Amino acid sequence: MSKPTAHGSIRRRLLLSLLASAAVLALVVYFVVQSVARQVAQESQDNVLAASALSILDSARFFDGEISVDLPYSALSMLDSISDERVFYAIRLENEFLTGYVELPEANGLSGSVPAFRSAVFLGEEVRVASVRRRVSTDIGQSFLQVSVAQTLSGQKQELASISRRSMAIGAGFFLVSVLLAALIAQSTIRPLDRLTASVSRRGPKDLRPVAAPVPSEMVPLVASLNSFMRRLQLSLMRSEDFIAEAAHRVRTPLAIVRTKAEIVQRNADNPETHAALREMIHAIDDSSRTAGQLLDHAMVTFRLDHLSQDKISLRRLTRDAVDHLHPISELKDIEMEAVGTDDLIIQGDQILMQNALHNLLDNALKYTPSGARIVVTLLRHDDGAEIRITDTGPGFPDGEMDHLTDRFARGANAENVVGSGLGLTIVKEVVEAHGGQMHITNNAGGGACVSLHFPSS
Amino acid sequence: MRFLLIEDNKQLASAVVDRLMLDGHVVDHAPDIQTAHDFRSTTVYDLILLDIMLPDGDGRSFLAACRNQDSRTPVIVLTARSEVADRVGMLDLGADDYMVKPIDFSELEARCRAVLRRRGGEARNLLTLGDVQFDSKSGTLSVGAHTVQLRARELRLFEVLANAPDKVFAKASLVDQLVSYDEDVSENAIEVYVGRLRRHLHGSGVKITTIRGLGYKLEVA
Repeated sequence: MSKPTAHGSIRRRLLLSLLASAAVLALVVYFVVQSVARQVAQESQDNVLAASALSILDSARFFDGEISVDLPYSALSMLDSISDERVFYAIRLENEFLTGYVELPEANGLSGSVPAFRSAVFLGEEVRVASVRRRVSTDIGQSFLQVSVAQTLSGQKQELASISRRSMAIGAGFFLVSVLLAALIAQSTIRPLDRLTASVSRRGPKDLRPVAAPVPSEMVPLVASLNSFMRRLQLSLMRSEDFIAEAAHRVRTPLAIVRTKAEIVQRNADNPETHAALREMIHAIDDSSRTAGQLLDHAMVTFRLDHLSQDKISLRRLTRDAVDHLHPISELKDIEMEAVGTDDLIIQGDQILMQNALHNLLDNALKYTPSGARIVVTLLRHDDGAEIRITDTGPGFPDGEMDHLTDRFARGANAENVVGSGLGLTIVKEVVEAHGGQMHITNNAGGGACVSLHFPSS
Repeated sequence: MRFLLIEDNKQLASAVVDRLMLDGHVVDHAPDIQTAHDFRSTTVYDLILLDIMLPDGDGRSFLAACRNQDSRTPVIVLTARSEVADRVGMLDLGADDYMVKPIDFSELEARCRAVLRRRGGEARNLLTLGDVQFDSKSGTLSVGAHTVQLRARELRLFEVLANAPDKVFAKASLVDQLVSYDEDVSENAIEVYVGRLRRHLHGSGVKITTIRGLGYKLEVA
């Protein structure tokens, strides 16, 4: 039977799409966590910078038109506490620089007393600047006192890098959990299909009952068509078996009737020529009948090979039954036939096919062995299996033809006068090979044919 | 011998009846189980040939009924190909042998003979011809104290000749009765078996005489 070609896999497709969405989500998580962290870090730095600038602004005193600014210790220590950053400041009155770093840029867009911030490059380093101002009264009138405090960003960058690492770990963890969940989801989605497959493939070859177990609604059309297919198959199987039996009957019964009439006429025929002619006629009828029988046997075998039963077959019983059953026929021809070998051996297979194969082999041996000969069926145990060996004391197979004897309708050169269709050995070979065995055809050293059937141990 | 044939196919049944009559048997034909029971209640048969698929039931029920009535009549079952697997069941029910249909007449003849010999009753089937005793059941021939076991064809030949002493049998007719049609045997082959029988009969009052141009006959002194 040919294995259907798989095109894609639902499980894999489901898993891949779940994993792709999980990967996208993990990246989103990574970026969101990172940007939130960056924002929080900046806000907290800005707050500290603003507080520091305000505390400097608060410490400004006007006295006699003079401005004195005491840099409060706390103003800079709160910045120091963050890390080993470098801190800069600049204090201006209106646009007049008072103290600090004259080059320090100011944050733009100051309005009212709300602090403003900017990022800038100062003395070759990235800094964050917070500026605040307050209106003061001086001797020359109202003017703005403006304080800017700046801090380098190297510490914050380190912190951000560590946050970035952590958010990457969170993203990866998220992804791993998603992989696990995706695998579970794919598994549980595919489970009804697996269950259906198992329940169908667990069945014996003859079990064609419809699938009754409940399935998800999406699978109902599939199961419905499977059931209707099995119903049709069962019908056609039954018809084939009936047809084979019926055909055998229809072909062989009229032949049997003609043969009987011919025999009756022959018994009463005094004329030697009539007698001889009728004998030839009966011979030809037997030939047709046997060929029809073997063709139908072959049809039956071919048919059963597709639906091989798995019976436990006792080879000892099989060989003995076959020999016993053919005993009256062998006696008719004065041929001694016996089954030997005491060990019983069991193989798994189709009882009817094995009976048929053995019957065909023995029938063959009976046909081709002359009167007074001996046929022995030996059952042998080997390390790797069992052997049924059928030897006879007849003329043996003709040299050089043994390879072709199992071809359909091939007959040995010595078979001209023997009724037979040449299908017998073909049937045997097909049955043996269907059971994983091999058939070997040889001649005995002392004369006579030897057919051995090897079956592997099951 | 009296046979009962239970078979619903008329053509086949008539062929079987004709064929068995050729061998000198009397055959009653029952097309269904009911008729078969009727026949059996009035007549004692030596052998029953039983089809399994019958219009009014399963042949196995008939077989079981026969065996329950303790009838010892041998039964040969005729089965369809697909029923071969059931043959164990049929042998368990008390059938003596089975044949796969469509039947082959030389096989049927051989099986009838084998079953009759096996189940031919307790009494030995002894035939005495002068100083020769022939037991057709065990297939032995005794001349005085000397007993030989005959081979199958010698036995058949002796049976044919001894059943009608002094009758002349043509070689061709003896070949027909001894050798199945699938063998191509010349009429001279019969001389081999006649020769063997003559050796066994040596020193007795029974002789097989050659009638030149006609055949053989058995003479008892």
